[in-house]
Amino acid sequence: MTLTTPASAERNHAPEHILSLRGITKKFGAIRALTGIDLDVHAGEVVAIVGDNGAGKSTLVKILAGVHPPDAGTINFFGTPTTLNTPTDSRDLGIATVFQDLALCDSLDVVSNLWLGRELTRGGALDEVEMEQRSWSLLRELRARLTSVRTPVASLSGGQRQTVAIARSLIGEPHVVILDEPTAALGVAQTAEVLNLIERLRERGLGVILISHNIADVLAVADRVVVLRLGRNNGNFRVADITSETIIAAITGATDNAVTRRATGGTVDPDRSERDR
Amino acid sequence: MTPPAAADGAASARQAPDHDPHHSGIRGTVEAFIDRLRGGDLGSIPVVVGLVIIWAVFQALNPTFLSSTNLVNLTMQSAAVGTIAIGIVLVLLMGEIDLSVGSVSGLSSAILAVGFVQLDWPLLLVIAAALAAGAATGFVFGLLYTRFGVPSFVLTLAGLLAVLGIQLHVLGDAGSINIPFDSWIVQFGQQMFLPPLVSYALIAIVVLAYGWRLVAQARRRTDAGLAAMSTSVIAVRVAALLVILGVAAWYLNLTRGVGVMFVVFLLLATAMNLALTRTRWGRAVYAVGGSVEAARRAGIRVNRIYISVFVLCSTFAAVGGLMAAARLAGANQSSGGGDTNLNAIAAAVIGGTSLFGGRGSAFSALLGILVIMSISSGLTLLNLDSSVRYVITGAVLVLAVIIDSVSRRSRAATGRA
Repeated sequence: MTLTTPASAERNHAPEHILSLRGITKKFGAIRALTGIDLDVHAGEVVAIVGDNGAGKSTLVKILAGVHPPDAGTINFFGTPTTLNTPTDSRDLGIATVFQDLALCDSLDVVSNLWLGRELTRGGALDEVEMEQRSWSLLRELRARLTSVRTPVASLSGGQRQTVAIARSLIGEPHVVILDEPTAALGVAQTAEVLNLIERLRERGLGVILISHNIADVLAVADRVVVLRLGRNNGNFRVADITSETIIAAITGATDNAVTRRATGGTVDPDRSERDR
Repeated sequence: MTPPAAADGAASARQAPDHDPHHSGIRGTVEAFIDRLRGGDLGSIPVVVGLVIIWAVFQALNPTFLSSTNLVNLTMQSAAVGTIAIGIVLVLLMGEIDLSVGSVSGLSSAILAVGFVQLDWPLLLVIAAALAAGAATGFVFGLLYTRFGVPSFVLTLAGLLAVLGIQLHVLGDAGSINIPFDSWIVQFGQQMFLPPLVSYALIAIVVLAYGWRLVAQARRRTDAGLAAMSTSVIAVRVAALLVILGVAAWYLNLTRGVGVMFVVFLLLATAMNLALTRTRWGRAVYAVGGSVEAARRAGIRVNRIYISVFVLCSTFAAVGGLMAAARLAGANQSSGGGDTNLNAIAAAVIGGTSLFGGRGSAFSALLGILVIMSISSGLTLLNLDSSVRYVITGAVLVLAVIIDSVSRRSRAATGRA
């Protein structure tokens, strides 16, 4: 925890403590999905949550999104203890979640998708002009690569769709944005686009929680990495201080296996190791 | 993925933001239109083309087909089933179906006849009762659908039978009830036509309102720094609407004129179109039809939207039933039976509303019913009996569904799904 403060201070952001989780525990029947998880998110900070499959990343996201209430532990939002029992609680508080499947309406255009469920009206009718104008200023602020906001979302590329989904989460002016595997299905250029977007969110002073499998992405944008392993905290690193081997070691819980060896020693030639044996 | 928006987006923030050519002048509009067609976004093109072909063929076979008298009949025949089709458009937009609309319209006819003639209730009360019966049926469908997730196909198929039973019960032993010809409702259904001057005044009001809206919208968009429809495009659109409505009214006015019942149908379609395109409710309908999960996550109360749509659909069916009873001056056990159901559904689909949800317009009810009634009227003029009519209407429906499926596939291929 002490590592985080200097990380944020370096970027001259007020190190405001937005979200702080202590001892979060969640059980599904006999399975302990999370045990005593601690997590802090500050304003203008990108916190990456990494971990192997089944480490509890998704459960943690769902707790923050209000999908599953935790069994034990406290959640403080701007220092005030709070509960997140429904998705609406979470959203009203200012936690926006962009799930992996994005949940966009393909047949609707970008503006309609951005404002879906909270359309602006003017005398009872939809205020398309105001919505379109605000969409442009938001997308411009995010430096999104879109040529028209009136094309159906179906015609956009994966990166553009991710951009629209992230932009949509910002419409409600949240304090924290949770991105679940935002680069999972994207190509190289599109991944770069989304990573730039994450930087933009940080510049806006938002707290960003980034769930990712991709260590390169994490090292590229995150300020801090929180490692989960088998439902427990297994490391909390300032990105500036570490290398990918450290993260991989914390994820796998081992310092010596094929993955870490390959990460440290450059490449491991499987043929040669076989011959050596 | 064209770079300009990204590259100079931040630097020149006040630049015209919409780089899309869709709104710049007549040429741009035409290009955008062709682009859309290529992408499989056919809208109402197939049905308009189809209507022109059908009219040309029947006119060639029988010169009285396009006579003013026959077209007046055609409009009057279209009103009832067309109104039912508006409701079908709504359920289709949600990706659902309502097979009970024929029975619901029959029940509504029966309530009108029994209440008005046998029980001697005041007309307004009878109409309210018929509409309430329709709304209640839709509400039951909505509840069963949202509570138990019964597929609407099965749900409304069961409704078809159950409501038909209620219709027979309401009619009782009488079986067939005639409504007096001098009553207001029958006059409305058969004899009430707009005086020519009134029809032209109405058209003037509609065209002015449309033009004013386009101009006001374009001005507001320009003020907001958004790409707006150019004056020439607005002029073309307003002129086109004026010519279409004006010529139609002039031609119908050569004989009996524009039927009040048909005008009511047009007003209902227009009102529904505005509700669908300009309100939060309408946006929610399209969103739910496009992707239920996305709509739910966006905080839309999906169940309420479903219930509202089922209620509206059955209510429109009840309105259609009232119109049919008014036009036929009575109700009987086969009111709303026969091809009413299929015609209403076919009208919505032929008009260009997708069976797959999320795509369509309230006006497709109008275009579709004109196609269906033209076929029916043309074949009747050729002295072909209903057996041929059924086969041809069925074939046209299948053709419309094929166009829908194929254009959906090509939309998917060009990323416009």
